[in-house]
Amino acid sequence: MTTTPGGLLLVLSVLVPFVGVMAGFVLGGRNPQRIALLTLVAGLGIALAIADAYLRSGSALVYLLGGWAPPLGVALRADSLSVMMLVAIAVVICGIGVYACADFGTPEGRREARAPFSFWLLLLAVWGSLNLVFVSGDLFTLYVALELLTFAGVPLVCLDGRGETLRAALRYLLFALLGSVFYLLGAVLLFGACGTLDIPLLAARVRPEPVVWTAAALMTTGLLAKTALFPLHLWLPPAHAGAPAAASAVLSALVVKGSWFLVVRLWFDVLPGVVTFSAAQVLGGLGAVAIALFSVVALRQQRLKLLIAYSTLAQIGYLFLMFPLAFDIAAGHLVRGDAVTAGMLQAISHATAKAAMFMAAGSIYAALGHDRLAGMAGIARALPISMLALGLGGVALMGVLPSGAYLAKKLLMGAADGSGQWWWTWVLLAGGALTSSYVVLVIARAFRTPDEPVQLAKQVSRVAQSAALALSVCSVLLACAALGPLPASLIANPLAPKELMTLLITVGCGGALAWFFAARAADAHLSRQVARSVGGTFERSDAFLRRWPVAGISLLVVAGGFGWALVT
Amino acid sequence: MNDATIFGLCAAVLVGLGVYGLIVNPQPLRKILAFNVVGSGVFLLLGAIARRGAGAGFGGDPVPQALLITGIVVAFSATALAVALLLRLHDATGSVTLSSDAPPPPAPAADVDAA
Repeated sequence: MTTTPGGLLLVLSVLVPFVGVMAGFVLGGRNPQRIALLTLVAGLGIALAIADAYLRSGSALVYLLGGWAPPLGVALRADSLSVMMLVAIAVVICGIGVYACADFGTPEGRREARAPFSFWLLLLAVWGSLNLVFVSGDLFTLYVALELLTFAGVPLVCLDGRGETLRAALRYLLFALLGSVFYLLGAVLLFGACGTLDIPLLAARVRPEPVVWTAAALMTTGLLAKTALFPLHLWLPPAHAGAPAAASAVLSALVVKGSWFLVVRLWFDVLPGVVTFSAAQVLGGLGAVAIALFSVVALRQQRLKLLIAYSTLAQIGYLFLMFPLAFDIAAGHLVRGDAVTAGMLQAISHATAKAAMFMAAGSIYAALGHDRLAGMAGIARALPISMLALGLGGVALMGVLPSGAYLAKKLLMGAADGSGQWWWTWVLLAGGALTSSYVVLVIARAFRTPDEPVQLAKQVSRVAQSAALALSVCSVLLACAALGPLPASLIANPLAPKELMTLLITVGCGGALAWFFAARAADAHLSRQVARSVGGTFERSDAFLRRWPVAGISLLVVAGGFGWALVT
Repeated sequence: MNDATIFGLCAAVLVGLGVYGLIVNPQPLRKILAFNVVGSGVFLLLGAIARRGAGAGFGGDPVPQALLITGIVVAFSATALAVALLLRLHDATGSVTLSSDAPPPPAPAADVDAA
């Protein structure tokens, strides 16, 4: 194993953001913003250069740190998954950076202000840690990258310094630390069993035995706690409730992708032969419950920001549907095929669309002074750019043509048909209807004519709104992947009867669900009472699961469940 | 039963105690201490693995010892961040509880450049 040409770019992708952090910290004043904007351009260039080098060489880029080869040394490795994520995250961070210039500019007449100073440094730190997650070649470097990501993400929650946000940040940190210590324990067990943590070497030495099952269960559970998959989601809603819009975009769109990517690495590159059919079903099952539960809870929210936060929790469930569908039943192990491509498309389209939605919601909050859904009538006319960004982002998530999520859904349904796991087709269809329900809700509320003309509290910068729009357009443009590497037959004629019927049924069911569950004024009609009690049950179970002792026990139950599923 | 096994079992006990403490204790400082206990258990396990892998005249395999030192640094910085957040929470609200059931105190004005 040797360093390939272009391998040095992998080091630069990690180093440049962190050099930016240190330079910004030392220089202080207004410089963090300037340095951050320069680093954004440089980092985007490095990501594109890595993609170019990868496409030219046709195989994974490798860099050996210090020239020492594994198992003694540490290697950085970028394969197709890494390169895709590197470029996508670079684009999203640039969009968030442009948006945040409006919110986090240092005020005139002050040399330095705490929130802008911290935000720009933390943005670069999150970017550097994510790049390290994508290019690390062994499990211990991945642990360090994961911790860096948590340390950079936690202060973003409490940027405004209020007690409530500090509490949310501390809760996030403690639960994330619990997750990472589980991951470390699993990694240590794997080292004890196999003598190395380098991913390709480990994959060759790993056998299905009790030590490996315990390690796999512990590591997966720890990573799920950091990704906020049901039932380990207690930290995400409070973290979003008080965080500024740009910070929410970073948290939802980027930070949870880091630990999700680690689960993909672990399951597909280290443990493909160890993972059993039932373990993959358990993981997919948790995702399915997440979609169902959190979509309904999202419908019952009063605030736009919390609705988008719960929609993030539901979309995270979507990201885990690729695991059971990647399982080749005949061969008895995970294969890297269509399901992985679908997962990547889903992750990238969610990252772009969710960042756009949070940014648009932030603009609406700044303009109106509040983000109550009931008071949003007429906002579509007052802030058209933000409304378009919000709508496009929602449509992109719904999985209707044209968007990346549509391609992902088609690939997953094809995989479900191919492997005979028909139940996931129903989950995908129901998920589409549930996602469209809250998108329809937001759009309907925004397009209602208000009783009196909307009074904007302040003017929102057009640049910020356009950044949100640009990201949601990216999410839609991901459908162009069908023109390149994917078979064009995936995109059927949108006006063909079958496609149109599916679209109408999905959106129609979504609209019905929105009408049924959305909180409205007290109404004695029987259907409203049923809706209120069903929706209330969903909300109460979510609140129950978000209590710390219950979440702790869920952690142990999930770990035990994976352990049992890996044995059978 | 050689010393590597004894220390390995000790590590398991530490991890169990720490996870119990993290889940059961409502006070954040105790959760931070419990996290440190779990971390100590994991590092002790790494030490036991190093001892078990000793060879060529060394007292222990050096690679897990290197991982151990890095892990201690990461856990230490995690504890420092958590304690700093806890101190700041106490300054802002006067109490250290993670639950939001208590009636909110009068919110201080959003501070952009507090020291």
